[in-house]
Amino acid sequence: MKQAKKYLFSRGIDRMFIDAKEAFEFSVRFFRDVFRRPFHAGEIIHQSFEIGIRSLSLITLTGFIIGIVFTKQSRLPLEEFGATSWLPSLIGIAMVKALGPLVTALICAGKVGSGIGAELGSMKVTEQIDAMEVSAINPFKYLVVTRVTATTLMVPLLAAYFTFIGLYGSFLNVRLEESTSLTVFYQNAFSSIGFIDLYAAVAKSIVFGFTIGIVGTYKGFNATQGTRGVGRAANQAVIVTMFLIFIEEIVIVQITNWMRF
Amino acid sequence: MKKLQKHTININEPVITIAGLHKSFDELEVLKGIDFQLYKGENLAILGKSGSGKSVLIKIIIGLLKPDKGDVFVLGQQVDKIGIKALNKLRLRIGFSFQNSALYDSMSVYQNLTFPLTMNIKHLSRKEINHAVDEVLDAVGLLDKKKQMPSDLSGGQRKRIGIARTLILKPEIMLYDEPTSGLDPITSAEILDLINDVQQQYNTSSIIITHDLTCAKNTSDRIVMLLDGQFSKAGTFDEVFLSDNEQVKDFYHYNFID
Ligand SMILES: Nc1ncnc2c1ncn2[C@@H]1O[C@H](COP(=O)(O)OP(=O)(O)OP(=O)(O)O)[C@@H](O)[C@H]1O
Ligand SMILES: [Mg+2]
Repeated sequence: MKQAKKYLFSRGIDRMFIDAKEAFEFSVRFFRDVFRRPFHAGEIIHQSFEIGIRSLSLITLTGFIIGIVFTKQSRLPLEEFGATSWLPSLIGIAMVKALGPLVTALICAGKVGSGIGAELGSMKVTEQIDAMEVSAINPFKYLVVTRVTATTLMVPLLAAYFTFIGLYGSFLNVRLEESTSLTVFYQNAFSSIGFIDLYAAVAKSIVFGFTIGIVGTYKGFNATQGTRGVGRAANQAVIVTMFLIFIEEIVIVQITNWMRF
Repeated sequence: MKKLQKHTININEPVITIAGLHKSFDELEVLKGIDFQLYKGENLAILGKSGSGKSVLIKIIIGLLKPDKGDVFVLGQQVDKIGIKALNKLRLRIGFSFQNSALYDSMSVYQNLTFPLTMNIKHLSRKEINHAVDEVLDAVGLLDKKKQMPSDLSGGQRKRIGIARTLILKPEIMLYDEPTSGLDPITSAEILDLINDVQQQYNTSSIIITHDLTCAKNTSDRIVMLLDGQFSKAGTFDEVFLSDNEQVKDFYHYNFID
């Protein structure tokens, strides 16, 4: 018997650093492979549809309700200052700058990220990934690159969709009290949004989408220990992704604020 | 059950040569110096109890695992030293039938079969693809299951589709990991017939990993036992099981009397 393993800190903390390093290498490998043939375009489109189908109903519902609730709740404080005419622009700022990208990403982390983790995890533990490898098919390209590309493309689209649905919900609520048209409402909503805000929102969604894909595939690809491992991969994909999304949100907001001045 | 028919084995032409192979996982030493050759046209059965490292051994042969020490030559190439391009080229010449079939759950039987084909050979016509699918499904006797999903198949049928999936690329070497495990005796016998048919029809050299003596006896020219990380002396079924080695005797004993 060899000596028991020595740990630098403790087993858990060491594991975290090793995980971070491996996940980083996994991401580097993605960037190396994404521009190389074969591109599996059909599979990317298929995965994009899957992501849309899995999350669309929840995103529609959540966006619509958040739009209505947010408008109702903001009306009272604005009324105190006689500033209800600012309502559309306030909702616009909230939706585009914060809620759209963030809430969409959290929903996708829950629905799409966990799905990817579970799917690849079960392919891993039932040796389907090995089966690809022995048939001379690169499973990283076929499974990981396609899914990460799909989430990176789809989350920004879904975030934009969420924003418009949210604003539409808000519009319906505003119309109960004031007379306005949809066009005027949307114009007002976007009146205080600058280019930099739009860029930041899109950039954020892209980063979130990438995170959802890479964490889900990483956790799935590294699943071990049978069916329990599959559940764990799905679970961890969600937890780690949400954690990273919050950190990324803070960092990107900070960077855009610097860029403004 | 059909017996393995006479076929030519060319002992001057080894297709797999393994020398001094060692493999450990952390503290666990699984393979401790394996040496053997598989000759062209030969069926070799590797017997050993659960956890003895049989699967690890053939995963090293196909390059899914890296050896710690030793040489592994397959069809003239050193598996662990060649680049991924050359390795993939080599893999197309080897069929690997997984212990648990490893069919792609999200694909139908038809798609399972066409996937390795279309991914590796570009510009095949629909007709050529269908022809190849029908040919291998016919070889495994499951022509009627084309549209089924893997979850709708029985264990034996899954094994056969797994074998069909490897046959579609016309391999020169077949590696079977426990082709009969978990199957009833009749279904096992059918799989053994299939292995022998494949050997006849596709003229392959094969390694058959098993802990089922009936399987070893009926499909192989030569048998070897994996005991404590090393190979026993290889020989015909009778030669191996007439030996005085206690572990070999035990293995024989428990296979037939429970
Ligand atoms: N990837 C791995 N990481 C760590 N240990 C492993 C790995 N693969 C196999 N092992 C260990 O190596 C030993 C041999 O495993 P292997 O799967 O080769 O057994 P086997 O002879 O095929 O058994 P069975 O008849 O049950 O399939 C086992 O103790 C197993 O736990
Ligand atoms: Mg095994």
